[in-house]
Amino acid sequence: MVKSYRHPYIPNSDPEMKKIMLREIGIKKIDELYNDVPERFLLNRRLNLPNPVSEFKVKRHIESLLAKNRTCRDISIFLGAGCWPHYVPAVVENIVQRTELLTSYTPYQPEISQGMLQLLFEYQSMVCELTGMDVANSSLYGWASALGEAARMAMRLTGRQEILVPKIIHPERYATLETYIGPANMHARKVNYMKATGQLSLEDLEEKASSKTAAIYIENPSYLGFVETGGKEVAKIAHNNGALFIVGVNPISLGVLKPPRDYGADIVIGEGQPLGNHMNFGGPLLGVFACRGEMPMIRQMPGRIIGMTTTKSENRRGFCMVLQTREQHIRRQTATSNICTNESLCAAASAAYLALLGPKGLRELCEAIMLKSYYAMKRLSEIEGLRTPVFQTPHFQEFTVNFVNKRVRDVHEELLNNNVHGGKNISEEFHELGETALYCVTEIHSKTEIDFLADSLEKSLHRR
Amino acid sequence: MSDFRQAQWNEPILFELGHKGRRGYIVPEVEKPIKQEVGDVYTLLPEKMRRKSLPKLPELSEVEVVRHFTRLSQMNYSVDLGLYPLGSCTMKYNPRISDFLASLPSSTQLHPYQDEETVQGILELLHTLSKWLAEITGTKEVSLQPAAGAHGEFLGALIMRAFHELNDDLDKRTELIIPDSSHGTNPASATMAGFNTLVVPSDKTGCIDIDALQAAVSNRTAGLMLTNPNTLGIFEENIQEIAGIVHDAGGLLHYDGANLNAILGKVRPGDMGFDIVHINIHKTFGTPHGGGGPGAGPIGVSEQLEKFLPVPRIVNDGKSYRLDYERPHSVGKIRSFHGNVSVLLRAYAYILSLGAEGLKEAAEISVLNANYLVKKIRDLGAYELPYDAKRPRKHECVFSVKSLSKETGVRALNISKRLLDYGIHAPTTYFPSIVEEALMIEPTESFEKEELDRFVQALRIIAEEAKANPELILNAPQNTSVARLDEVKASHPRTMLLSWNAYVKRNV
Repeated sequence: MVKSYRHPYIPNSDPEMKKIMLREIGIKKIDELYNDVPERFLLNRRLNLPNPVSEFKVKRHIESLLAKNRTCRDISIFLGAGCWPHYVPAVVENIVQRTELLTSYTPYQPEISQGMLQLLFEYQSMVCELTGMDVANSSLYGWASALGEAARMAMRLTGRQEILVPKIIHPERYATLETYIGPANMHARKVNYMKATGQLSLEDLEEKASSKTAAIYIENPSYLGFVETGGKEVAKIAHNNGALFIVGVNPISLGVLKPPRDYGADIVIGEGQPLGNHMNFGGPLLGVFACRGEMPMIRQMPGRIIGMTTTKSENRRGFCMVLQTREQHIRRQTATSNICTNESLCAAASAAYLALLGPKGLRELCEAIMLKSYYAMKRLSEIEGLRTPVFQTPHFQEFTVNFVNKRVRDVHEELLNNNVHGGKNISEEFHELGETALYCVTEIHSKTEIDFLADSLEKSLHRR
Repeated sequence: MSDFRQAQWNEPILFELGHKGRRGYIVPEVEKPIKQEVGDVYTLLPEKMRRKSLPKLPELSEVEVVRHFTRLSQMNYSVDLGLYPLGSCTMKYNPRISDFLASLPSSTQLHPYQDEETVQGILELLHTLSKWLAEITGTKEVSLQPAAGAHGEFLGALIMRAFHELNDDLDKRTELIIPDSSHGTNPASATMAGFNTLVVPSDKTGCIDIDALQAAVSNRTAGLMLTNPNTLGIFEENIQEIAGIVHDAGGLLHYDGANLNAILGKVRPGDMGFDIVHINIHKTFGTPHGGGGPGAGPIGVSEQLEKFLPVPRIVNDGKSYRLDYERPHSVGKIRSFHGNVSVLLRAYAYILSLGAEGLKEAAEISVLNANYLVKKIRDLGAYELPYDAKRPRKHECVFSVKSLSKETGVRALNISKRLLDYGIHAPTTYFPSIVEEALMIEPTESFEKEELDRFVQALRIIAEEAKANPELILNAPQNTSVARLDEVKASHPRTMLLSWNAYVKRNV
């Protein structure tokens, strides 16, 4: 035990200072401040945790622990499926490390927090430009929880308790959706896809959509990387049945793909991680949430929204949180959501990222992604014993690779021995697709890496 | 003291800056053979799905982007600038080393679906952290998945559902009990999880009214959500009785970890009878708040509830760490992937740095600081401490300015705004609602006596100003980037402006 403990993070831990402060309070020992805690609950032992150590040791320890990992800088990784590797510009990293932003709280006092508020307003505005929607909130936890929140919002707006979702949906997103809607007695039903193209079956959708449907949901690009082309038709079916149309997006793709509003979306959700946030082993993520601007919709939105206003004297522009009466700290059990802490800093990173890229940069990024992923598909499809993509449909940055005579797991092992990490094994998720993996290629993958992947696959499939 | 001036840059909105054609970023090169091989990508997309016109994003050079956001950052108060005494928010120091480590490529560049063999380091770190958190909270097993405290509350309530469902009891058990002094997230989380909220009042001492609780429980009780110490900063000394009442009625106890900082290494929620404990990592373990997030809200549970935790669980089979998805009783998924890892990594660094002694010290000094403020602020005479002023507070205290307000017309909100003029962030105002004109103050262990004295000094001057020159306070703040904002206008349907596009349309 350290007798007189002083820690650099705790200025008043100096014993002399403690004495001075205790004297001011009029007591002798800090323990007196805990004298209302029943004796039996006081922990009369030391927590079974390590001893305090120097910063030097903390750094060495964690660095060596993390050195056991192999990252996408050590090996080529072709994974996506909801968390995507992209380059994060130095400027973005630097802005979110500015401690004025990093170490601030939720901007409850707007006058002294204009920086973060304006930044989040700019983020919301750019999400609106990308998606074509009128209003965006300042973030939810991630795409999956945004889907849960969107479904519940649709339920509140329509008074109905069913959501139709595509059969080709990220299983974790689907599972999260079920978790979010189950307690509200709402349920999800899956709509089939066309065998050749993967596209949502409009026929099956027509059959399942009814006056019980609160919302119809599609993903674009889909979980398996292809572009859903029937958005307009899906919107029509949704609206004819009095249901809302929810579209989930990878927002980067909106540099080349039509904004969901243009094909009838009422709510747009998605994953903002690729816009300037590192993968970080899958968290934090950035839940994008935007919708149409009618008041009844806005009033049912979950999460914080930042608005522009003026000073009371009307001589200056300013920003503050708006419509807080939807939120838990005011509305308590009748709030639209329980969310409080969100992902503001990730939204700030995305704002900085989009500001850097601008309209042309975003388009060129999309082009680079498509060029490289199409090149990869082309190279891979030349290999015998492998089919890619499984669906004959346009793709964006992810695509399915089917192995005719070999298990995905075995291919993966062999690739990994070659310092290549193949795509996600989806054989268990979609049995009907056989031994299939979901590959992802973005702007960070070089031709050399893609060629090496193709060569390694070739070797793996045609080993003697 | 009031010569503080926050930066005031008159900074335009991004969309008002820049010039057509300017570039802030050059996209990674695409090799020529790839371009030749693939050709025009637009022809690959069906006509009806192509974006016809470019999104209307601003066009800026890198220089302008950096300048814009640097200026914005200067108009933002933060814990690195000074005291941030928001009650229940635990705005403590965020160690630089934690941030440094969280930015290492060996963690940022990991994909969540990588082969377990390639991510042993991060799995070990997370597994160890979950064991530490279990030890700190006195629980059996911890899940690191929730993204924030409220997400942890939601998960806690889902676990209550799963527990009662397994006992064939869920149809009946529809009520979640919360005290009237609870955080707003508690009832909101209860609703999300499909429960009705039953509010029990506080008694004269500011603690749960035991008789009212006894009357509230029934065979409809799913459980109770409680902070201890509560939002008044008072330790619920009848916790044993409370736990007994709820357990006897067949309910479970959820510990709201928002106030855990006060009792680290001193008292453990699990020992007090809580079955479920959520932890606000961004409060207790010094990870940055990021202007509202990301945080992390792990939950710990007792042995009987472990089987309900979300998948995957990080397990160690003796040889290596792996992710276990085979949990038939699990509540399922509450998010994608494994949790807010970069936040959790910072917490690991924080716990490692402080160790067992340091965590206990953090708790004790946070309580010492709070009680020091209680004494000093009470001595000013203008601020009252309702609910048993003789009783020690824990990490926070709630003052009332009811009398001062009656006398001068200056309300808690005005005092908060005036504090901003002195370069000090305001306390939480008007919460908990059981205190009229409440100022809820939590200093944390991170501030030295001199900074606390400066805060007391500001409160002293403000109390004097309230009597001598109330206008000064009613017109505050003046020294911040902007003066008092019109928040009513901001939320009114006719004047509301929620995006740049809406602003442009309104002003054509």
